[in-house]
Amino acid sequence: MNEREMLEQFLRTDPRDVGCSEAMAVLHVYVDLVVAGQDAADRYPGVAAHLAACGPCGDDFAGLMAAVTSEQPQA
Amino acid sequence: MNTATAAAQYHDAVQVARSATPELDEESTSWLRRLASAGLAERQTAERELHDRLVRIALAEIRRRSASTPVTGPELDDVAHQAAGDAMLAILAKLAEFRGESRFITWAYRFVILEVSSKLGRHYWRNPPVTLDAAQWERLPDRLGLDPHQYAEAAGILAQVRYVVDTELTEHQRRIFIAVVVDGIPLNALADKLDLQRNAIYKVVFDARRKIRRALVAKGYLDESAAGQL
Repeated sequence: MNEREMLEQFLRTDPRDVGCSEAMAVLHVYVDLVVAGQDAADRYPGVAAHLAACGPCGDDFAGLMAAVTSEQPQA
Repeated sequence: MNTATAAAQYHDAVQVARSATPELDEESTSWLRRLASAGLAERQTAERELHDRLVRIALAEIRRRSASTPVTGPELDDVAHQAAGDAMLAILAKLAEFRGESRFITWAYRFVILEVSSKLGRHYWRNPPVTLDAAQWERLPDRLGLDPHQYAEAAGILAQVRYVVDTELTEHQRRIFIAVVVDGIPLNALADKLDLQRNAIYKVVFDARRKIRRALVAKGYLDESAAGQL
């Protein structure tokens, strides 16, 4: 990827992005959908857009996923 | 908590959860019943059990984030216990707000994950790698993920980015953008320093990115064709 493409990617914003507050308010619902194998991004596209763009919220999502799946029975 | 309050809280929590999700799972129903039980012994046992799990999750989460936090050694335990304690208080205070849209334990763990996230953000300022308003523009290529061999080619367009930041962003936007993007200060740490919500910081950076992109398209540095989100 050249420098223009990288800058373009960095500056790109998704109008569906709901922001940190709204994403964190439903994070538990989103995580349970993912863990259940359902299409959470389809049900909450604005949350999916935010988690992909916001590092700290993406990290919180990863943390909650790790917490929940650490207690799942191993297949 | 007195018995009448606990009973009322249990009633509210279960009613709300049932109305939202008729098929609330057994484990979640059990947590709600025990945490708001009129029986002191049952309630305290449930609180201890939940607290222990929150501590365990907090410790695991801090370990997971260990590469990006200056907190080490015994202090990690302190942060984990503080996060679990604060999460526990929030969970009990908001028990009646649980709507059964997820499993109870997922809802509860969200509190402790967010507490850990927030507390580690605060610790950033005890030994920060960069100070607020440092404006290390020379680090921008690295922040954007450019390889060193691309630096020279990127110099022109990055100079334009800086020009747009200096001339088209508001003072508030400029300060936040430079802190987060140029200096790489984590959102949580900056939110704590400026006494703002993380969402407020994110929104400023979001708007700044749109503004910069729009300006670069207008100047011909970026393609109009990819400007669907402008």
